[in-house]
Amino acid sequence: MFGLHYRLERKAIGLTLGIILVASIGGLVEIAPLFTIHQTVEDAPDMRVYTPLELAGRNIYIREGCYACHSQMIRTLRDEVERYGPYSLAVESKYDHPMLWGSKRTGPDLARIGSKYSDEWHVAHLNNPRDVLSVSVMPAYSWLLKTTLRTDDLGAHLKAQRAVGVPYTDDMIANASKDAYGQAAPESPYADGVTQRYGKATNVRAFDGRPGELTEMDALVAYLQVLGHLTDAAHKSVAKAAR
Amino acid sequence: MAVEERDYYTGYLTTGHEWNGIKELNTPVPRAVYFFLLIAFVFSVGYWVLMPAWPLGVSYTKGLLGLDQRNIVQDSLKRAAFGRSAWTKQIEAKSFREIQADPALMNIVRQTGRTVFGDNCAACHGLNAQGGHGFPNLTTTSWLWGGDPDAIAETIRVGINSPHPDSRTSQMPAFGHDQILQPADIDKVVAFVRSLSDPSTAKTAKPGDVDAGKEIFAANCAACHGEDAKGNSDVGAPNLTDKFWIYGGDVQTITNTLWNGRQGHMPSWEGRLTPLDRKILALYLFDERMPAP
Repeated sequence: MFGLHYRLERKAIGLTLGIILVASIGGLVEIAPLFTIHQTVEDAPDMRVYTPLELAGRNIYIREGCYACHSQMIRTLRDEVERYGPYSLAVESKYDHPMLWGSKRTGPDLARIGSKYSDEWHVAHLNNPRDVLSVSVMPAYSWLLKTTLRTDDLGAHLKAQRAVGVPYTDDMIANASKDAYGQAAPESPYADGVTQRYGKATNVRAFDGRPGELTEMDALVAYLQVLGHLTDAAHKSVAKAAR
Repeated sequence: MAVEERDYYTGYLTTGHEWNGIKELNTPVPRAVYFFLLIAFVFSVGYWVLMPAWPLGVSYTKGLLGLDQRNIVQDSLKRAAFGRSAWTKQIEAKSFREIQADPALMNIVRQTGRTVFGDNCAACHGLNAQGGHGFPNLTTTSWLWGGDPDAIAETIRVGINSPHPDSRTSQMPAFGHDQILQPADIDKVVAFVRSLSDPSTAKTAKPGDVDAGKEIFAANCAACHGEDAKGNSDVGAPNLTDKFWIYGGDVQTITNTLWNGRQGHMPSWEGRLTPLDRKILALYLFDERMPAP
């Protein structure tokens, strides 16, 4: 039984190849099929992409480490579905590079936070969570409201996302900075371009309550308000399963 | 292995490795390890057959049990709903008045309502429903859009200034910013509005301001807030004569409200909460109210 192994142990290259082969079985079985099995990612023809402002907000979410305490993944468990809403589908993270599912909940899950609370609440809460929820342990992010959002590099961010498969058009990339401004300034001439390029369902409003200024708060609130609303595939699949 | 040399003291074979006369024993793996390894193999074969396991190109083995976590969670939700159905059916079928008359049902409403409120409403309105700056106190008798259970349920369903097609809409104009009123007139209206809920402030106001403010109020504000300033729940205009303020009742805040206007926003809950949950919430909030003063 061990004769083969004893012989293998004496050949350095043979043993190395053997180790690589055995160690890759897990990956081959668990990861490789995701690229070939169609059922792993559901169809969602109505899936929208993040607007430049939402993408900027997503980058702030990553920069501030929100994912360390908040997950964006509602698991197929009764308590999670009853508290947060329909369980998360793979397709909902289709344009998330990198994904922000998270692995720990100090705060609640945020996968369906979009439009659950008002913009005013998000601004007050991010500015100082204790102002609206006395028992909160979340840190205050008061500089977001005072920091102007950097928009000159958003075209490059969109381009990078396109390189990994997000279907941004040349038009979207060229107008990224303008669209970021327009989405938070509904009265401005740039606002129409946002709906035109990203669809009527896009939230266009002064997220931080000040239409003239584009702050990091605008971006982060725009991102939070779209979470769970890029597609309604999750609601549909639950309704289908319920029948 | 190839060294067929047996250690004199232990009786085991050696590996053939030797350091300064010390030889390494080739001690066999204990039998128990083989035994558990075998059990693990047998278990995994059974698991592969019963559960979804192996990828097959564009599909995968579904397993004989046909288990799917998505179906499991749907079943457990259905079972839970069935377990609650004894009282949920009653709440769904009965009118608000009938439920309020039934102490047993109201006990359930208080328990369940507290949880639903905590998960969904407490972020803005506070854990004890007493609101905060910009978010109305729900324990008072002063309701913008009506405080009976039907009106509360409708507000929860459609929201206020929300994207819902039936949303309640209301906007306090920016009297100063949009130059509807002159700054001096705004000060007079502020003096009058403050005197409504707290007559003692009339003494500290500039002489004549309160009376002048009353006239300006009648011309500009009474359309929504009413001649008597007691508000109008049809348009969501607050009662200005009580002691409850959403944004604050001091000079600075009222001036700010008059200058920049207000447009509060409450999300619609129709897509998020079931009709049953919304009914429970409406009853819960009606029940939480302080007795009328």
